Amino acid sequence: MQELIKAKAIELLENGTVDRVLGWKTGEFFYDLTPAVFTSREEIEKDFVYSVFSGANLSKYLVKESRKDGKVAAFLKPCDTYSFNQLLKEHRIWRDHVHVVGIACDGMCDMEKIRAYGAKGVLSVERDGDTLKLETLYGPMTMNKADAEAERCICCKSRKLVAYDEKIGEDGDVIENSGRFDMVAKLEAMTPDERYAFWQGELSKCIRCNACRNVCPACTCEKCVFDNPKSGIAQKAAVNSFEESMYHIIRAFHVASRCTDCGECSRVCPQNIPLHLLNRKFIKDINELYGEYQSGADLETRPPLMNFTQEDCEPSVVYERGGKQA
Amino acid sequence: MQVNNEFKPTIVAFCCNWCSYAGADLSGTNRLNYPANVKIIRVPCSCRVNPMFILRAFQRGADGVIICGCHPGDCHYTTGNYYARRRMTLLFSMLDYLGIEKGRTRVEWVSAAEGAKFAATMNEFVETVTKLGENKRLEDLRCKN
Repeated sequence: MQELIKAKAIELLENGTVDRVLGWKTGEFFYDLTPAVFTSREEIEKDFVYSVFSGANLSKYLVKESRKDGKVAAFLKPCDTYSFNQLLKEHRIWRDHVHVVGIACDGMCDMEKIRAYGAKGVLSVERDGDTLKLETLYGPMTMNKADAEAERCICCKSRKLVAYDEKIGEDGDVIENSGRFDMVAKLEAMTPDERYAFWQGELSKCIRCNACRNVCPACTCEKCVFDNPKSGIAQKAAVNSFEESMYHIIRAFHVASRCTDCGECSRVCPQNIPLHLLNRKFIKDINELYGEYQSGADLETRPPLMNFTQEDCEPSVVYERGGKQA
Repeated sequence: MQVNNEFKPTIVAFCCNWCSYAGADLSGTNRLNYPANVKIIRVPCSCRVNPMFILRAFQRGADGVIICGCHPGDCHYTTGNYYARRRMTLLFSMLDYLGIEKGRTRVEWVSAAEGAKFAATMNEFVETVTKLGENKRLEDLRCKN
């Protein structure tokens, strides 16, 4: 796959279709791939990497890249194309300046999972069909790719490319009943005290690095409330953890109904807070109360929070629905 | 000296300028009683209420927050309260999801002619929040005095 993508990138650059290519290169570690812009054949041959760790969603980078002169090619996985569509819908990307190469994807891997599997001192990971070949300090190792798959890929919502100019590989279909709301449903079934304890435990780990906001393809405001020192929630709270809760509620609310559930927020969280559970709660509620909606699936429908019907339920419905009283 | 330790909740009421604020006014001119611990904040429309306002009110020591607007269909800006209705539904659901007690937040539609409803709603809401007790889960200790 990497060779196909590299060849495509070089081809597009050399035949003049595009001036720049947006892809991935190795970051601090081999499993820590970062988005990068390539402008020459040499750079691509030297640095371009596509591996099981190419999880980074490149669509957000197109907001800036597509505003520059010339054309940019971007490699987008199925979940990234949803974000791409959503950004197009919000007029954040200049479509004329982008050449989208859709790439089929069947799940990315998570280094934490590989470590949890028992691999120590991993030097490199090579994919071979359904197995991963690991090179470690203590000799080679193999493991099933399925065991190393990232949480968000296990309950993948769609393997279908919804926007592309050309594609590499054959994409799949939308996956019904992916089980992505299972954990949300489990939390909903808890008592409020248990839920409160769960979220206090998770959110108090937050170091307010703002990585979840910076990486989110739905968070593209030029000015952000969290950068305003007068907002009172622009930095790590010194005394107690309420500000963290407030930050996360507001962050999730700002992207509610526009969030495509790409899972980038949880992927980049240095504290491993399951932030996608907040976004998924909103998605689940929207699906239940206002009808099924997948943001980014098309370019026409209005996001549920920017829409209404006269027959909408009253907010008190929240208190009448299941769950135990506090 | 006797100290009164009875718990009196602080309630913040966001009232839309066109209906509920006038409704509150009417309940006053009709000399209807509602608790003095309801603090009214006038907003142009119920959809002006940013979720942040609600969280901020809780952070600064409110025990309950109520949003009052025109009845659906009667919005001065035609559709504002329809948007507010969706937003508040999702926000309340999220607060519940995070383990905040149900009943601390509420939306009520009060028209300018419903002074009696305004007073009754406030009485009822203060009673509910008094039963729930002090807001511990959303307060910020630095904001306590």
